[in-house]
Amino acid sequence: MTQVADSTIHLSNYSLLEESAANGHAWLRELRRAAMERFKEVGFPNSKTNEEWRHTNVAPIAKIPFKLGQQRADSTTRAIQSNFTFGEHHTAAELVFVNGQFVQELSQLEKLPRGVTIQNLDQALSQDGEGIKAKLGRYADVEKNPFVALNTGFIRDGAYIQIARSVTVDQPIHLLFISQPGHEPTVSHPRVLFIAEDNVEATIVESYVGAEGSQYFTNAVTEIVCGNDCRIDHAKLQQESLDAYHIATMQVDLGAKTTFVSHAATIGAKLSRNDLNCTMAGEHAYATLNGVVLIGGTQHCDNHTLLDHAVPNCPSHELYKHVLAGRATGVFRGKILVRKDAQKTDSKQNSKTLLLSDDANMNSQPALEIYADDVKCTHGSTIGPLDEEMIFYFRSRGISYQAARHLLTYAFAADVTRRIKVEPVRRRLEDYMARQHGLPQDLRITDLGAHDEAVL
Amino acid sequence: MPTETTEIENLANREYKWGFVTDIEADSAPPGLNEDIVRFISHKKGEPQWMLDWRLKAYRHWLTMEEPHAWPMINYPPIDYQSAIYYSAPKPKLKSLDEVDPELLKTYEKLGVPVQERLALAGVAVDAVFDSVSVATTFQKQLAEKGIIFCSFGEAVQKHPELVKQYMGSVVPYSDNYYATLNSAVFTDGSFVYIPKGVKCPMELSTYFRINARNTGQFERTLIIADEGAFVSYLEGCTAPQRDENQLHAAVVELVAMDNATIKYSTVQNWYPGDPETGRGGIYNFVTKRGACRGVNSKITWTQVETGSAITWKYPSCILQGDNSVGEFYSVALTNHHQQADTGTKMIHIGKNTKSTIVSKGISAGVGQNTYRGLVKILKGATNSRNYTQCDSLLLGDKCGAHTFPYIDVRNTTSRAEHEASTSKIGDDQLFYCKTRGIALEDAVNMIVNGFCKEVFRELPMEFAVEAQKLLGVSLEGSVG
Repeated sequence: MTQVADSTIHLSNYSLLEESAANGHAWLRELRRAAMERFKEVGFPNSKTNEEWRHTNVAPIAKIPFKLGQQRADSTTRAIQSNFTFGEHHTAAELVFVNGQFVQELSQLEKLPRGVTIQNLDQALSQDGEGIKAKLGRYADVEKNPFVALNTGFIRDGAYIQIARSVTVDQPIHLLFISQPGHEPTVSHPRVLFIAEDNVEATIVESYVGAEGSQYFTNAVTEIVCGNDCRIDHAKLQQESLDAYHIATMQVDLGAKTTFVSHAATIGAKLSRNDLNCTMAGEHAYATLNGVVLIGGTQHCDNHTLLDHAVPNCPSHELYKHVLAGRATGVFRGKILVRKDAQKTDSKQNSKTLLLSDDANMNSQPALEIYADDVKCTHGSTIGPLDEEMIFYFRSRGISYQAARHLLTYAFAADVTRRIKVEPVRRRLEDYMARQHGLPQDLRITDLGAHDEAVL
Repeated sequence: MPTETTEIENLANREYKWGFVTDIEADSAPPGLNEDIVRFISHKKGEPQWMLDWRLKAYRHWLTMEEPHAWPMINYPPIDYQSAIYYSAPKPKLKSLDEVDPELLKTYEKLGVPVQERLALAGVAVDAVFDSVSVATTFQKQLAEKGIIFCSFGEAVQKHPELVKQYMGSVVPYSDNYYATLNSAVFTDGSFVYIPKGVKCPMELSTYFRINARNTGQFERTLIIADEGAFVSYLEGCTAPQRDENQLHAAVVELVAMDNATIKYSTVQNWYPGDPETGRGGIYNFVTKRGACRGVNSKITWTQVETGSAITWKYPSCILQGDNSVGEFYSVALTNHHQQADTGTKMIHIGKNTKSTIVSKGISAGVGQNTYRGLVKILKGATNSRNYTQCDSLLLGDKCGAHTFPYIDVRNTTSRAEHEASTSKIGDDQLFYCKTRGIALEDAVNMIVNGFCKEVFRELPMEFAVEAQKLLGVSLEGSVG
C-alpha cells in the first residue's frame, strides 16, 4: 500500500486535537496515538494496489484539505434537525451531533428506561473510562482499514449506548449525525459504541445527513457488541449532501442465540463506502444484512460486507439491491467466510442490481470462502435492466411506459425497504422513491406485502 | 463419521499411478536464466532473428515484473528461477516414428497414447510433446489435404512465419502477466494449428504433454487459428512422472476465431499433485489461456478437467469482440491432499449480442483448497449481451476449503449478467439412499460426484469424457466424510 496523496492535513488536525485534549485518559491517548501511527504508515488506500479498494478511488478525499468541523446549532442546523428527527413520540432517545460533536440542546434523552445508558462518548468517558476501555477500539481493526485507523486517531465524541441484562427498549434509539461545514470543507469522525448485555431487545438507527450542496467528509466507525439471546435491530440512513464523502465501518459481534438485523440505505454522498463486518461469535446467532442503494448522477457507492461464521450452527441472510441511474457506479463485495469449525452454517446471499441508464456501471463480487464441509452456502448476483415483459404487461393494461418503469423500479427497491421495521426510516425511503419517480406519496408497498409472513 | 473418514483417508493414500521416469539422454541447457539462455534456446531451435528479438523483448520486460502473490488463494515457497533448466530436448532430432527411441514409445504405451496404428482407430492425430521438442507428428498428410496446418510451434516458426508473426502475442501479449512473459522469453515448443476458411477439421486434434527430464520446467506455447467458417476441436491432456522437485509449468495458449468460426478446446490435466502426506514435489501449473472471438458469430468453448498439479493457476478466457460471438467455459477442478487450485475464467463482452456461459464445478477433499475466480465484464457497446454463471462447490472432508470470488462488471442496460453459486457437501441422505441399495460408500460417492460434474463432462469429446470420469474416480477414491 502506498499513499495516493499526502495525509498532512489529517496529521496536523490530529496534533491540534491532541493539544486541546491533553488531559484525557492515558489509555485513550495511547489508543489514538497508535491508530494515528498506523494511518501515517499506510496512508490512504490505493485503488491500484489494494484489492479491497480496487473499485473505489479515494484520491479525491486525500486531495481536499478537510479541517476539523466545529460544533454549532444555528437556524440551518435546526432546519436539518427538524427534517430528520423522529419526534419525541417515536424514539426512546435521540442524540444529535453536529460536525461530529454532541449538541445537548437538540437532543432528547429524558425518557430513558431503567438499565439503559445513553450518553455522548465524551461525557461517558469522563464518567466510566474503565468500562469503555474494555470495548472501545477492540472490535474495529485499525490494521485492516486505514479509515478505521484515521477514525480511531480522532476519537473525541460520538455515541455510547449500554443496555443492561434483560432490558427491552421498545422505541428506536436514534443517532442523528449532521454535517454542516462553514466556508471550508470539514471532516468529522463520529464514533459509536453500542454494548448490549444478555437478553436485550433494542432498535438503533443511525442517520447521516448534511447541509445540501456543502462539501465535507464523514468517516464513521460503529462498534456493536451483543451478548447472548439479544434481538437487535439496526438501521442506517445515509443521505449526505451530494458533494460529500462518506466512509463508514460497522463492526458487529454477536453472542449465542442473538438475532441481529441490519438495513442500510444509501441515497446521498458523492462517494460513499460502507464496510459492514459481522462476526457470529456465539452458536445459533442469526445475522441478516440487507441494503438498498438508490443513486444517480455521478454518485459512487461501494458496499463491502463480511459475514464471518466463527462458530457452528449460525444462519445468515443477506439481500442487497442497487438501483443505479445517470452515470452512477455501484460496487458490492459481499463475502461469506465460514471458518474451520463453523459446521452447519446456513448462509444465503443475494445481490440484485437494476441499471436504469446505459452510463451506469455496476461491479458485483459475491465471494464465498469456506473451510468447513457440512455447510450450505449460496450466493446469487444479477445485474440487468427492467424486464420488458413486465413493462409490456403494465402497458397492455393501459399504464404508460414511464409509469410502468417507475412502478417496477419502486417495487424492486421496496423489496428491501418494506422489511425495515423502523417506520420513520421506511417512510422516508418510500417517500424519497415516490418523489423521485413522480408516484403518489401515499404509495406503500409495505401494505402490499403485509400478508408476506416471511419478511426477515 | 469417524469410521468413514478413516476409510477415506486409507483410500486417499493411493500411489500416483503414472509415476515413472524415462531415462533418455537430454540435450539440456545449463540451469539458470539470463539473456544467454534465451539466445541459447533460440539458437538451438534455429529460429530467425525476429523470433529472438521477441523473446528478448519479453525477457527484458519480465525482469521489471513482480510475481503475483497478493491476490491468488495459493501458497508456495518462493520459486528459484535461476535453478531451473529452461531447455532440454531428446536427441537426435527425428524424422519419422521409426526413429523414435523405443524407450520413449514405451512411455507412451504406459500412458496409453495411441501413437501408431491405434491412432487411426482412435481417429486422433497426436502431436506428442516429450519434454520440449515435438517428437512425432502424425496424420499430417491427411490434414494437409484439407489445407490444415497442425505442427509443432518450432516448425511453424520455420515454415509459416507470416502466420506466426501475425497472430503470436495478439491475444496474450508478451507483457501480459508474469508467467506469460516468462513463457514468451523461454518457450521451447508447443503446437500450432491453422484451419483455413470454411474447413471443418475432420478429426479431434490432440497433444499429449509430458514432463520428463529432471528440473525442466515446461514452457509450451500453443496457437490455434480458425479462419472464417472453420471448425476445430482440440484436446490437451497430460500426465507426469513422479519426482521430488517442484516443477514450474507456465504455458501460454492463444486461440483466434474469425467470422463464423468455432474452436473447442478441451483439457484433461492430471499432473503429479505432490506427495499426499506433505504436498511436496507437485507441479506448479501457472497457465495463461485466452481466446479471441474476432469475427461475427464466432464461438470458443473451453472445457477443462483439472485433477492434478500441486498448484493450478489458470483462467481460460474469452474476448468476445465480434458481434453475436459466444464464449463458454466448463470446468471441473478437483483438489485432494495438499493441492491448491485458483481457477476460473474471464469473459470480456465487447461486441453486440454476445453471450457467455460459465459452469464451474469445484470439488475439495483432504486439505485441498479450491478457488473459483472469474470476471464477467460487459462493456458499454456490448448491447443485448447475456451472461450466465453457475459455480458449485462440493466439500468432502472437514479440512478442505472452497472459495468463490466472482467479479461482475456491467456497463449497459440491455445486458444481463446472472451469477449463482453454492457450496455444500454430499448429503447424508443421498449416501444413505445408495447404501440401502447395496452400493458401497466409495461407489456411491463416485456416482454422486460424477453426477455433480455431468454438465461439464457432457461437453467433453467422447474419448476424454471416459478418461475424465475415471480420473475423477481415481483421484477421489475414498475421500468422503
